[in-house]
Amino acid sequence: MDYLYYLRKEKMPHIWCDGCGHGIILKSILRVIDKLGWEKDDIAMVSGIGCSSRTPGYVDFNTLHTTHGRAIAFATGLKIVKPNLHVIVVSGDGDATAIGGNHFIHAARRNIDLTVIIYNNYIYGMTGGQASPTTPIGKKASTAPYGNPDAPFDISRLAQAAGAAYVARSTVYHVGKTDRYIEQAFLKKGFSVVEVMTPCPTSYGRRNKEGNGVEMMMFQKKNSVGVERAQKMSEEELQGKIITGVFVDKEQNNYLQRYDEVIDKAKQINQ
Amino acid sequence: MKKISKITINEKWCKSCEICVQFCPKKVYDMGRFYPVIARPEDCIACKLCEKLCPDFAITVTSPDKAESNKK
Repeated sequence: MDYLYYLRKEKMPHIWCDGCGHGIILKSILRVIDKLGWEKDDIAMVSGIGCSSRTPGYVDFNTLHTTHGRAIAFATGLKIVKPNLHVIVVSGDGDATAIGGNHFIHAARRNIDLTVIIYNNYIYGMTGGQASPTTPIGKKASTAPYGNPDAPFDISRLAQAAGAAYVARSTVYHVGKTDRYIEQAFLKKGFSVVEVMTPCPTSYGRRNKEGNGVEMMMFQKKNSVGVERAQKMSEEELQGKIITGVFVDKEQNNYLQRYDEVIDKAKQINQ
Repeated sequence: MKKISKITINEKWCKSCEICVQFCPKKVYDMGRFYPVIARPEDCIACKLCEKLCPDFAITVTSPDKAESNKK
């Protein structure tokens, strides 16, 4: 396939650091879109603020770069007005679970037909390496120079508890898995979340002595555990491991269907 | 003669992250001074892992069958 067909070539090369995995996730998204044969004009990509949210700037779809954390709110409006668009939200861990945390859980609760792809690099990379809600305990950040005291969010479990229809987690090293999960999420009618773990060598790896992008991807390779295997392991064994796989895949009425039902009911009563 | 797949590296977009050098299963690349060098092109099996893992859209691999059909 030709990636350049989907890119705004005048904006390339992108701003992401060497060793950053964001470009790998973008490639996965483009590969799946190419495989599904979607037209460029039928896709809307929405993002907030952050490194990950630079993604829509490089792709030649209908794109929307919104305020910090509000990408899902804008995308909800877009999906209701134009239900035929394939609305994809790309968001970082801080953007989706800190500033936009409420939008995230309420969109999951509503089960509106969006695909949210979360680039989880454990840190606010663009603004200078502040601790995000997913920074593990004890890891260093510019706002936590002696180690982060807060317990991290597990984004996939959060989305599962909030009622999302499809939740999966992968890493940038496992490109095949990422492709498969993104494809399933795109085809799902309902709120679908794909969390992709990506290295941030500049802001996270350097401070925590985890090496460059290659070494951080090697860590992902060695420390990923499938969901089924993780169920048989104890909590001590799972310390520091990345659990990958499909957490939720269920059929349920989405928001647009329920909203149409409300409109029909209101029409009948008012006749 | 074994068919060789065609690998191109866009040096203007490459950021020298070395992901292709480290993760190629057949060790086709060596790291040059700034950019990866295709040191053993005859070993390439066209798995396209380097193309998929290159974050900078800099590598293109054309498998031997396709490279030939393009020539015709």
